[in-house]
Amino acid sequence: MSGFPILSLMLLVPLVGAVACLLANREAARMIALVATLVDLVLGAVLWSRYQIGGPQWQFQEHASVFAGFEWKLGIDGIALLLIALTVFLMPVCIGASWNAIEKRAGEYYANFLVMETLMIGVFSAQDLFLFYIMFEAGLIPMYLIIGIWGGADRIYASYKFFLYTLLGSVLMLIAMMWMVNEAGTSDIPTLMAYNFPVHAQTWLWLAFFASFAVKMPMWPTHTWLPDAHVQAPTAGSVILAGVLLKMGGYGFIRFSLPMFPEASAQFAPLIYGLSMAAVVITSLIALVQHDMKKLIAYSSVAHMGIVTVGLFAFNRQGLEGSMLIMLSHGLVAGALFLAVGVIYDRLHTREIDRYGGLAINMPAYALFFMLFTMASVGLPGTSGFVGEFLSLMGVYAQSSWVALVCTTGIILGAAYMLYLYRRVVFGVQKHADTAAMPDLDKREWAMMIPLAAAVLWMGIFPETFLAPMRKDIAALDARLAQARPKGDADLRLAAIPPASATHEHGDAMEHGSKAEHEGAR
Amino acid sequence: MELLRSLAITGTEEVLSISGLILLLAAAWGGDKASRVISIAAVAVLTVCAVLTAPALCGAAMGPAVSAWGGQFSGDAFAAFGKLLVYAGAAVTLIVAPAFFERSGAMRAEFPLLVLFAAMGMGMMVSATDMLSLYIGLELNSLAAYVLAAFLRSDERSAEAGLKYFVLGSLASGILLYGISLIYGFTGSTSFAGIHAALAEPLSMGVTFGVVFVLAGLAFKISAAPFHMWTPDVYEGAPTPVTTFFATAPKVAALGLLMRVSLFAFGAQPGVWQQIVIFVALLSIVIGALGAIGQDNIKRLLAYSSINNVGFMLIGLACTNQAGAAAMLVYLAIYVAMSVAGFVAVLMLKDADGAQVESIAAMAGLSKTRPGLALALAMVMFSLAGIPPLFGFWGKFVVFQAAVQANLLSLAAIGIAASVIGAFYYIKVVKVMYFDEAVDVVQGQSDLAQRVLLFVSVVAISPLGYLLTKQLGVLAGHAAAALFHIA
Repeated sequence: MSGFPILSLMLLVPLVGAVACLLANREAARMIALVATLVDLVLGAVLWSRYQIGGPQWQFQEHASVFAGFEWKLGIDGIALLLIALTVFLMPVCIGASWNAIEKRAGEYYANFLVMETLMIGVFSAQDLFLFYIMFEAGLIPMYLIIGIWGGADRIYASYKFFLYTLLGSVLMLIAMMWMVNEAGTSDIPTLMAYNFPVHAQTWLWLAFFASFAVKMPMWPTHTWLPDAHVQAPTAGSVILAGVLLKMGGYGFIRFSLPMFPEASAQFAPLIYGLSMAAVVITSLIALVQHDMKKLIAYSSVAHMGIVTVGLFAFNRQGLEGSMLIMLSHGLVAGALFLAVGVIYDRLHTREIDRYGGLAINMPAYALFFMLFTMASVGLPGTSGFVGEFLSLMGVYAQSSWVALVCTTGIILGAAYMLYLYRRVVFGVQKHADTAAMPDLDKREWAMMIPLAAAVLWMGIFPETFLAPMRKDIAALDARLAQARPKGDADLRLAAIPPASATHEHGDAMEHGSKAEHEGAR
Repeated sequence: MELLRSLAITGTEEVLSISGLILLLAAAWGGDKASRVISIAAVAVLTVCAVLTAPALCGAAMGPAVSAWGGQFSGDAFAAFGKLLVYAGAAVTLIVAPAFFERSGAMRAEFPLLVLFAAMGMGMMVSATDMLSLYIGLELNSLAAYVLAAFLRSDERSAEAGLKYFVLGSLASGILLYGISLIYGFTGSTSFAGIHAALAEPLSMGVTFGVVFVLAGLAFKISAAPFHMWTPDVYEGAPTPVTTFFATAPKVAALGLLMRVSLFAFGAQPGVWQQIVIFVALLSIVIGALGAIGQDNIKRLLAYSSINNVGFMLIGLACTNQAGAAAMLVYLAIYVAMSVAGFVAVLMLKDADGAQVESIAAMAGLSKTRPGLALALAMVMFSLAGIPPLFGFWGKFVVFQAAVQANLLSLAAIGIAASVIGAFYYIKVVKVMYFDEAVDVVQGQSDLAQRVLLFVSVVAISPLGYLLTKQLGVLAGHAAAALFHIA
């Protein structure tokens, strides 16, 4: 690796930009924010290009012990690389989405977003448990302010709910982390990932981490903060919330819960399946009856995250890779959908589905992009949504065909609510004169849509680009989980049934029968 | 020689008392006109004392070498740590006070003297290694504090605060004295070392009662629940610079005293008082958090917040070990910085006439009218709530880590879960300042001293504070080691 601290630089650039934004006026602030996020995007591209696929597991490592109790330790593997890439890719889009929409207190607004970017990259690149926690938790403050200051009518309730829910979720994780560090004698994440915690302790540790990640993810039934936060957040806030913040929960599962507590993960897999199935079916049905576009997409996010969690706890490669891909794809697609909602919200200042209709006539380009992202959300082959959901469900099928069956209904329901949304907004007759008069995409909106659309198609047509960096890390995780993998209903274990002739030879069927039963149960 | 050695160890107390007397004469001749000069001189005296104290802390002084006056007094690193925080709190009070009192013409030359004598008493509290020197220090501080609380003579609330503080404080002192006499009666000693040695044997009922009474008396002084009732009233009624003082220096001194009494004097029987401390800690956290929710006065809110924070610090004490004590001291240092920042910011909230604004509702939209001040207050609030990356998180972190290491998992889990309740009212203040429409009550300018103080303390609680964690940890480690150095 080059000794150049590129990760620290990626953390520093937005932070410096944030301070500069605080002191600047609106025009200057948005320009500073755009430049800072673009610089980070370039750095992210450099990071990806210098990342050695198949090289050492942890790359770009940095280490400076400047604090007591924890250390400044950064480093990434393929999983973190992809999520960092997603973050730096979405951030300029967010700034673009806010370009004209944010009029009041723009300096503070962009400063908050840049601080968010720093913290998100920090979460994905931290290699010290407590450094991770600090970055993870610190994200509450800017997000609280973004929802509370620039959100819609019910913003204060939404911001409280977001803050307190996630705080309660994560404080217990902190206690668990302290216990782990105390037990293992180090807060180094790679070491902890290989440490075997006592099985009885794993149960409690897993639950504490689960409390945090389940809220962040969010899993049913702790998801209720998400629709409120989404509806009330400004467009860019929703994009970053759906695009990156929700991925922190999934990242937490894949980085902490699974490798650190494999036995407990196996033990709690049925719980995860149950909650995820509930999430997929219930929130999809809820999405079907929404009148508010953002709320609909928010509920669809919860449903997609349900498929992510079953995939993660499928204990096999397809499931894990599929879940990672859904997270990336959902980051792009949900971000793009919120952006699409934002485009028409900026024109009409309402998110009521009934106020729209017939947009295909006066906004053909918009209709095209919206169609692409809708299809990607549904999981049409050729778009990013398909690859991940297919892999993930295949992984679950190997573990439990019933879970796979229930989760697959989520795809059908997803098609139902997304296509229904699309039909009501884009097709049909132009009921309202003001809706019919809306102009098509302008240059700025084109510039935001094109990269998202390209990425969605790229991921759908050639997912190898995204699979390659994480393949080795997923394989390592899969190997780590192999010892604890629960027996799935697809494991036929033919060898366990003794041949009939053997029973005859000894003439003692009773004893062998019980032995076979014993083996079968193992 | 013994006399000279003892005199050297109690050097700061001598400096404080002699310069206090000289300044008293100056005040008698100079009158109230000289109050500003006397304040400056008092700050200078405190600075000198801090410089004199620092070597003991950095050099990790401990044991019989720094024990003075026949075991009455110790100049060890623990005392030095406490004294430095006390002097800092007292100095901040002296710096912000003149501007506050001059507006109402209430500045008197006695004010800096009272603070100086209180600081001396608090220095004795953290250094005392005998129940008698403990009590003398405590009363020296308390008497000055009662007067300070009632210092704004024209204000009814201030008089009420002084009276309440006096009555309840005397009651607590009485309880404490009763406990001390019980302990003396059953152990035959007033020195901490003697009590420590006597407690090594199985406990008699009388000593147990004594321990409970002593702890109850001290719990009052640190405003821990269920002895917290006076705190909101006194914090609200006392003039704001005095409240700044109460929230910092006496709290440090009383907590230091509590630590030395429980960990050293009663150190041989931690099982006796540990459950009391755990109970008081959890109750303080919960009551501090719930009580603050309905408050509209920012000073009352900060009072409940201080109850809440004392609860967190007591979790460190409940560990009954050196790591817990060190964690508690780190928390204490950070808490002083947060309190200073919080109260200085409150002092800067003034309306168009220059009168103090204390209502939270009047702070609505502060982020538009005074963005810098709002940012500082928001940082204080998030820091008090213990949200990283602000430095307040670090205090909670070390305390909870000590609790986890001491295997007090359920205490840590309940305590940290209860901290979420507290977060609710802290973010409410941020909501009022940032989300609500501006009401334009807070106007006017702040003087330079306040701005500098605010800036320094806010930088200390900002993420930059983490750069200090190593040094802070080392110093707190020295202090805690001195506490556990059993002669």
